[in-house]
Amino acid sequence: MNAKNLSRLAVYTVLGIAAFFFLAPMYVMLATSFKDAEQIRSGNLLSLPTSLNFESWQLAWSTACTGVDCRGLKPYFMNSVLMAVPAVLISTAWGALNGYVLSMWKFRGSDLLFGFILFGVFMPFQVVLLPMSQVLGFMGLSSSIAGLVLVHSLAGMAGTTLFFRNYYTAIPRELVQAARMDGAGFWRIFYRIVIPMSTPILMVTLIWQFTNIWNDFLFGVAFSGADSKPITVGLNNMANTTSSVKSYNVDMAAAIIAGLPTMLVYVLAGQYFVKGLTAGAVKG
Amino acid sequence: MAASLDIAGIRKVFGKGDKAVEILKKIDIEVAPGEFLILVGPSGCGKSTLLNIIAGLEEPTEGELKIAGKNVIGMAPAQRDIAMVFQSYALYPTMSVADNIGFALEMRKVPLDVRQKRIKEVAAMLQIEHLLDRRPAQLSGGQRQRVAMGRALARDPQLFLFDEPLSNLDAKLRVEMRAEIKRLHLVSGITTVYVTHDQIEAMTLGSRIAVMKDGILQQIGTPDEIYRRPANTYVAGFIGSPTMNFISGSASGTGATSQFAFEGGVLQLPCPVPGAVTLGQRPEHIHLSDDAAWRGEVTLVEPTGADTYVVVKTGVGLVTVRTPPSTVVKVGDHVGMTVSANHNNWFDTQTGLRLG
Repeated sequence: MNAKNLSRLAVYTVLGIAAFFFLAPMYVMLATSFKDAEQIRSGNLLSLPTSLNFESWQLAWSTACTGVDCRGLKPYFMNSVLMAVPAVLISTAWGALNGYVLSMWKFRGSDLLFGFILFGVFMPFQVVLLPMSQVLGFMGLSSSIAGLVLVHSLAGMAGTTLFFRNYYTAIPRELVQAARMDGAGFWRIFYRIVIPMSTPILMVTLIWQFTNIWNDFLFGVAFSGADSKPITVGLNNMANTTSSVKSYNVDMAAAIIAGLPTMLVYVLAGQYFVKGLTAGAVKG
Repeated sequence: MAASLDIAGIRKVFGKGDKAVEILKKIDIEVAPGEFLILVGPSGCGKSTLLNIIAGLEEPTEGELKIAGKNVIGMAPAQRDIAMVFQSYALYPTMSVADNIGFALEMRKVPLDVRQKRIKEVAAMLQIEHLLDRRPAQLSGGQRQRVAMGRALARDPQLFLFDEPLSNLDAKLRVEMRAEIKRLHLVSGITTVYVTHDQIEAMTLGSRIAVMKDGILQQIGTPDEIYRRPANTYVAGFIGSPTMNFISGSASGTGATSQFAFEGGVLQLPCPVPGAVTLGQRPEHIHLSDDAAWRGEVTLVEPTGADTYVVVKTGVGLVTVRTPPSTVVKVGDHVGMTVSANHNNWFDTQTGLRLG
């Protein structure tokens, strides 16, 4: 074996170990979710399920108990959808508009303002828990899904602004100047010229925001009420509900259900990650 | 419809207080309807700033700007009825060529059928009909240039602005597109302001040339005037390739009997004033002559095909002489040079200003 093949083997070995590291828990979760209680007790963690048993999935989705409430994860899942979809759309649109203004319509102090917005990216969210709960109280949005949408939109805005602003900085200024001379105004340039060029960063932001908001636990635990708990909180409560027998298979199925949407979003939108649509705008 | 353009006392200052930089220092230019004005100068001379001010993309610090006699200061770019071709073309990357050309018409709420007719006309004029469905990314550099011009033409504006439109093209395409721009100007008759740093473009395209440096208008005139009677040594050196030879020396008197003496030679030339003067002589107005008194050593021979440029080392520095390609000289030869009494450009050695 020559040196080239040897180094290739080393590379693949390292990559294989890394992939195994990430895939092993996934495999254990999937395998366990299809096992019945008997097999879990007797078998080994890594063994394949002897039969495909969907019962625990059904239990996790619609009948598993959290305390005395036995409706499964479904209501929490719906809460998360109702929270994440508007919050993702609002924070993304907001960031796009902010980024557009801060990169192409600079005004006196706009860079300073951007600096302040950047603080929001690095600020630990624990700091805002108490004041935010006050604000939600004033607005009458405490313990509601609308309140969570507001919190997530605000918390995400700093990051989305950063994404869009940096992406738009790379768009040649002459494009905006040409559009201005052609007679397009602020909004027209935004949705006819700039937004159509934004597909890659739009996808990045949507995936990023959806993952963050869907997976959020802190705001979900702090600001939700009995009827507005998101799925992360629901999953936690379900797994921590003590009963005589721990149903690992149901917990695993529930955890996979909780994680599926973010995976789905990544698979659907991820292909746009790398596409650069500005090619051809300038000299070539 | 051709419109006039009056630029009066335009100043532009960036920054404030101690850090203020005056980019344009009182520029006055009057452009007649249908004229093709070239703004030429080195990088940072303010020519692009002046163009942006005309376009309305920047506001002047002070001064007046009139298009067709109407003051346009403070008016939005779209309302000035100007079309501009940018150096980078600035085509909208997500739109087809047809949509790029029709965008300005669409913004002006021109009905779809009129718009499509106009797009077809413009495409035919520029021979890009077969490209109308493509995206800018699928076009070559020359095709993008044509689309950018089509976008400007579609609207039939009062004024065309070009910001170094050919600088991204290769040499062959540049010559082709230069001719194309000239042809379009003849056909449309629209008043045009064209910024370039390329003096060949300036000479070939312009009906008049404005040479700028450090925010000051150095000279404005027809290409012929600029070339034959440059107002100062800067203009003289900037326009013309290879550049004009400058020989500083001293004149013994004035008129036909005066003599111009410099290190390494004396020439019998009609000087305008006695004393320290600089002679500016273009390479084509110096001739090699075996028995001439003014001599030097050949350091470089540059054949270009049509002409051969011979660079001669003399007491006053390197002198470039244009010769027919049949000339037989080689590096190291000692040659003599003569200067005819015609085509002499005299400058004040101190100020660099033209004399006479």
